[in-house]
Amino acid sequence: MRHLLDFQGWTRGQVENILDTARVMAEVLERPVKKVPALQGFTVATVFFEPSTRTRISFELAARRMSADVVSFATQASSLQKGESYKDTLLTLEAMGIDAYIIRADSAGVPHQAARWVKGVVVNGGDGRRAHPTQALLDTYTLLEALGTLEGRKIAIVGDILHSRVARSNVELLPLLGAEVWVAGPPTLLPQSLPGARLTPHLDEALAEADAVMVLRLQKERMEAGLIHLQDYIAHYQVTEERLSKAKPHALLLHPGPMNRDIELEGTLADSERSLVNRQVHNGVAVRMAVLYHLLVGREG
Amino acid sequence: MLLIKNVTLVDALGERGPADVLIGEGRILSLSGGEAERILDGKGLLLAPGFLDLHAHLREPGQEVKEDLASGLLAAVRGGYADVVSMPNTTPPVDTPEAVRALRKKAQALGLARLHPAAALTQGQEGKALTEAGLLKEAGAPLLTDDGRTNEDAGILAAGLLQASAFGLPVAVHAEDASLRRGGVMNDGPLADFLGLPGNPREAEAARIARDLEVLRYAVRRSPKRPHLHIQHLSTKRGLELVREAKRAGLPVTAEATPHHLTLTEEALRSFDPLFKVAPPLRTQEDIEALLEGLLEGTLDAIATDHAPHTQAEKEMDLLRAPFGIPSLEVAFPLLYTELHLKRGFPLKRLVELFTDGPRNILGLKPIHLEEGAEASLVLLDPKERPVEPRNFASKARFSPWAGWVLGGWPVLTLVEGRVVYQALE
Amino acid sequence: MRFKAELLNAEEMRRALHRIAHEIVEANKGVEGLALVGIHTRGIPLAERIARYIREFEGKEVPVGMLDITLYRDDLSEIGIRPQVRQTRIPFDITGKALVLVDDVLYTGRTARAALDALMDLGRPRRIYLAVLVDRGHRELPIRADFVGKNVPTARSEVVKVRLQEVDGEDRVELWEREEA
Repeated sequence: MRHLLDFQGWTRGQVENILDTARVMAEVLERPVKKVPALQGFTVATVFFEPSTRTRISFELAARRMSADVVSFATQASSLQKGESYKDTLLTLEAMGIDAYIIRADSAGVPHQAARWVKGVVVNGGDGRRAHPTQALLDTYTLLEALGTLEGRKIAIVGDILHSRVARSNVELLPLLGAEVWVAGPPTLLPQSLPGARLTPHLDEALAEADAVMVLRLQKERMEAGLIHLQDYIAHYQVTEERLSKAKPHALLLHPGPMNRDIELEGTLADSERSLVNRQVHNGVAVRMAVLYHLLVGREG
Repeated sequence: MLLIKNVTLVDALGERGPADVLIGEGRILSLSGGEAERILDGKGLLLAPGFLDLHAHLREPGQEVKEDLASGLLAAVRGGYADVVSMPNTTPPVDTPEAVRALRKKAQALGLARLHPAAALTQGQEGKALTEAGLLKEAGAPLLTDDGRTNEDAGILAAGLLQASAFGLPVAVHAEDASLRRGGVMNDGPLADFLGLPGNPREAEAARIARDLEVLRYAVRRSPKRPHLHIQHLSTKRGLELVREAKRAGLPVTAEATPHHLTLTEEALRSFDPLFKVAPPLRTQEDIEALLEGLLEGTLDAIATDHAPHTQAEKEMDLLRAPFGIPSLEVAFPLLYTELHLKRGFPLKRLVELFTDGPRNILGLKPIHLEEGAEASLVLLDPKERPVEPRNFASKARFSPWAGWVLGGWPVLTLVEGRVVYQALE
Repeated sequence: MRFKAELLNAEEMRRALHRIAHEIVEANKGVEGLALVGIHTRGIPLAERIARYIREFEGKEVPVGMLDITLYRDDLSEIGIRPQVRQTRIPFDITGKALVLVDDVLYTGRTARAALDALMDLGRPRRIYLAVLVDRGHRELPIRADFVGKNVPTARSEVVKVRLQEVDGEDRVELWEREEA
């Protein structure tokens, strides 16, 4: 794979290969010197048309841990609109000799568009509702770390599925590794269909016998748009200790962050033993190192 | 005097010939030859009446960076159009008789296709207060429309239909319920869900057509003259069914379909290329099949381009921000000649009618048939195939969803009242 | 490729490794503070064998680690096929230790250079030795081996193939000639 835009066309073998490399990278991060010279001479640009400090830092750290040079370009798409297009911006960076572009945008498809324009490698850092493949990779990595295998495991994704790139990428990726994925949310926040996932408006159905539950952030905009009433959401979709009793005894809890405690999940759950939230953040750097290594160094053997 | 020898004739009446068409004094003088200064060999070519486009965004005044009369009307004649109705959603909108006259005057001086500047239905296209239908008609406006926007206020639309009826002006509507389509940028459904793009549901079109047909019913009941509602760029099977029922019930409604809704589907959006972002959005193959049926049976009266040029940079934004619209004046006929007639057997006679008498009827213009004495607004078409090359477009929008498609039926000579306005003959 | 000669058979290999094991203990004056680090892939079984021989004649356990040098290679920006990154597992603190890096073939010296850099990032060993089964010459860096199983003068067009029981099912070192395409 030349770029990482989403998981369309990816094979299980390719994904497992990246996850294997990520395990080596995780070991690098445990060393006294948390840095390897692998990407010396490469220049990685984070190109963020939508602000996201957490993701940007995780990618930049990943690149730096492998000795790549890193440049950051951040702007609001709204200020781009006048005059300079996305293409102009990217071609300007291209002229400076960028090898990899980490692209984040509030619209689906910007990384796909970018991949048509630049010669370098494009990594999707999150595009609108479409995809957030490195998040899904780190979720998968974290789940594998805890569960050993995803074969036959039931993973429930809960919340605003319709607007979630994290949900879409996980729904593409987890079944590739043998998991059964359920998505649950209020009907106004559910897509009509999502290949790879079973849809339900009933939380209990998704949680029943689940091995892990991924809770999504509920954006304030959805309430403002009148799509959901907060109290109704809390009453029927908040993931609580009590509701989790429907899941497997030691069912795990994931959240891509940032969390709204006591809205999408019971506040104390995030700090409980079930929670993999800190592992997710921790593993993000190793997974992104692996992605950069795989896309920048050579071709598949 | 111009003589086109051995040419096959095609118009709403059918295919005939070959004939030796003698043209002079702005008319067809003879179908059996005669003396001429210029003689063209029309062997293997088709001669048709010049086309009329009911729906083109020529962007002047105010948005000349996208298109202007000179580039837009040159694109038109290269597409075989003798007449073009320009949309009034310019900056400022065309909502006064002065603006209509100014556009016509400027277009006349260009000597390309004839321009019929549509005027706004409401002042500033704001949907609040009606424009002066009578004076606009006298200034030369062929129809009234707030296209570019939707008519959210049913009461104003009703009043507009009543007012326009007194002067025989059609009112054309962009029929989409804005509150239902919200921020949709492509057809709503499983594909939009999969791609993570906000969907614009087909029901937004159907709901608005249904409402507008009731508004029309009201206007018909209230008006001593016959109002005329024209549905622009109809894109859905359900929308078509509604218009079909209304026509059967005798309602004075007409409708058009665009080249893009007839040849492209939502699948194109898999590329995430804003080139395919258009409103109403590209739909599904099922909708295309319904539209084709509608074209054949007459539920659809015309093919209109909805030629909507934008700058390259605008179309290189993301799908949420890039503007809606596809430029098509230069490819509309070859595209449908190839994709519908050649590949699917759509009758050529009906196809030509949809580019000529169909739209002419909507505007109350006389049909043009290739007979002695007919107005010599004509187009000569070459069945020889060549690829679509947007870089050679006369339009300022030098991009196309059909770039690289190999098409036949390209216009090689366009005449307006006997005057050569475009030629691409050896 | 064309087979040219057998450089070592199983018995010769065993003897060479045995000798290296003795030389290591001798150089270090015992096994105190001694540790072996095998370089992926064939350096690892070689390091394990040397440790076994030392245990056999010294009766003491020498810790063995495995090192992957891929992330330290100096040619990653121009490489054709992406090398698989493998686990580095050194289950002891290398600081203060006398480390013996073990590899199958010493050639340009670039692998040893990468391994040295990798080890330096893992701690501060007291000293580092280099042990190789075959030294075939053609160094591109100022690196030499402390313990060598067999010195073999080769041409650049030749290939040294080390085959080990643990990886390849037999113990044998062969010389091959790369044929012009």
